[in-house]
Amino acid sequence: MATDTTAAVGSCVDAGGSAIGMPQLCFEWFPNQIFWLVVTLVVIFLVLSRVALPRIGAILAERQGTITNDIAAAEDLKARAAEAEKAYDKALADARAEAQRIAAETRAEIQAGLDDAIAKADAEIAAKSAESEKAIAEIRAGALESIEAVAKDTTGDIVTALGGKADADAVTAAVDSRMKG
Amino acid sequence: MAGQAETAADGAEKGGLVFHPMDQFIVKPLFGGDTIAWYTLTNVTLWLALAVLAVVALLVLGTSKRAIVPGRSQSIAELAYGFIYKMVEDICGKEGLKYFPYIMTLFMFIVSANFLGLIPTAFTTTSHFAVTVVLALAVFLTVTILGFVKNGTAFLGLFWVSSAPLALRPILAVIELISYFVRPVSHSIRLAGNLMAGHAVIKVFAGFAAVAVISPVSVLAITAMFGLEVLVSFIQAYVFTILTCVYLKDALHPSH
Amino acid sequence: MEGDLAHIGAGLAAIGSGAAAIGVGNVAGNFLSGALRNPSAAAGQTATLFIGIAFAEALGIFAFLVSLLLMFAV
Repeated sequence: MATDTTAAVGSCVDAGGSAIGMPQLCFEWFPNQIFWLVVTLVVIFLVLSRVALPRIGAILAERQGTITNDIAAAEDLKARAAEAEKAYDKALADARAEAQRIAAETRAEIQAGLDDAIAKADAEIAAKSAESEKAIAEIRAGALESIEAVAKDTTGDIVTALGGKADADAVTAAVDSRMKG
Repeated sequence: MAGQAETAADGAEKGGLVFHPMDQFIVKPLFGGDTIAWYTLTNVTLWLALAVLAVVALLVLGTSKRAIVPGRSQSIAELAYGFIYKMVEDICGKEGLKYFPYIMTLFMFIVSANFLGLIPTAFTTTSHFAVTVVLALAVFLTVTILGFVKNGTAFLGLFWVSSAPLALRPILAVIELISYFVRPVSHSIRLAGNLMAGHAVIKVFAGFAAVAVISPVSVLAITAMFGLEVLVSFIQAYVFTILTCVYLKDALHPSH
Repeated sequence: MEGDLAHIGAGLAAIGSGAAAIGVGNVAGNFLSGALRNPSAAAGQTATLFIGIAFAEALGIFAFLVSLLLMFAV
């Protein structure tokens, strides 16, 4: 390989520094290029396979792990939230039923009290109105008697004033007949 | 090279416009001297070393923080890793992943050498056949030896197309054999040729810039070509890598 | 004009670059029309696209290489 590598630069480059023919086909430069290329490739390969690729692979795997964990955690939280919601719904339904029960009980109690009070009030009103009717009847009877007496007295007085003689029995009979008439 | 001396003499002196599109590919010793032995430190050494530094900076220093939420350089490193990893896995299957570090080495070297070559006044190592032929031959020999080691003589089934009619098979076998041995040639020349062509064209446009009247056009053309070359630099690295994967797949599963 | 038959040959060989351009355009155009018909399948075939383009282009690069050899090496 290294037999003809010591040829002069001048055989591929002219005096003015320009290329003679295609520089790509100057075989004198090949050993140099190939040697350094192989060195480069070996260095890049060692760096990549020892350091870079495992590291990037680890980073990507770690990120994948983190994402998977986060998703699992999120699922867990979601399940817990669903559970909590269910419990809340149940509590709400219970509370509503309880409230309805209490309301019904209260309503029944109030109704009973009300019925009692109404009955009592009805009885009282009935008693009071009976009493009042009796009083009214007495008053009316009293009033009729008073009118008779006043009418007899007045009749007697009128008869007397007209110069007649007031006969008590005649007056009474006249007034009675008039009152009935 | 027989006719080199004569053709070099003309071409150089043509009056106003002087193009030296190939001068950028000359290998020079870094510290003077006029011999280039295999161990001489040359501009090849310099730019290969810079390629190594670029790869190390990106893949080792860039990932040194090992952050769960990656920074800029770590993102690029992870992107490159994922890109090649997926390519190897898609094309070669699970058993190809054993060779992932080798393919990653090839890709990272070619892509960083290509991009470094785009720096003005840089030396493009991958535009030299000496470099790309070594890369392609390494792939070719590895794949061929691997094919025989893994499959024994069944590897020859690659050339015997069992789905074709029997009469056609010998002819197809010859064609397959030729195309198999042309692989390293096209593999290496594609990479070097693309880069050499692009750089030479840019250099030719740069030669036109010496004429004041057309220099704005020339600068525009250089800009456009440079953009294209950035694309080509990446695509050629990608193509080299993906073809390596395809050849590796042939070695691992030779049945057509 | 100076120059010789080799330069003419180099120019002729450069026609091959145009042929490669037709080939690459064919590959990319057919890929695109296929991808527009079935966009969901296109993403998985980009690797195949690049392999096809690479093969088509390799032959153009051969023409370019022949041209360069005629210009500089023969």
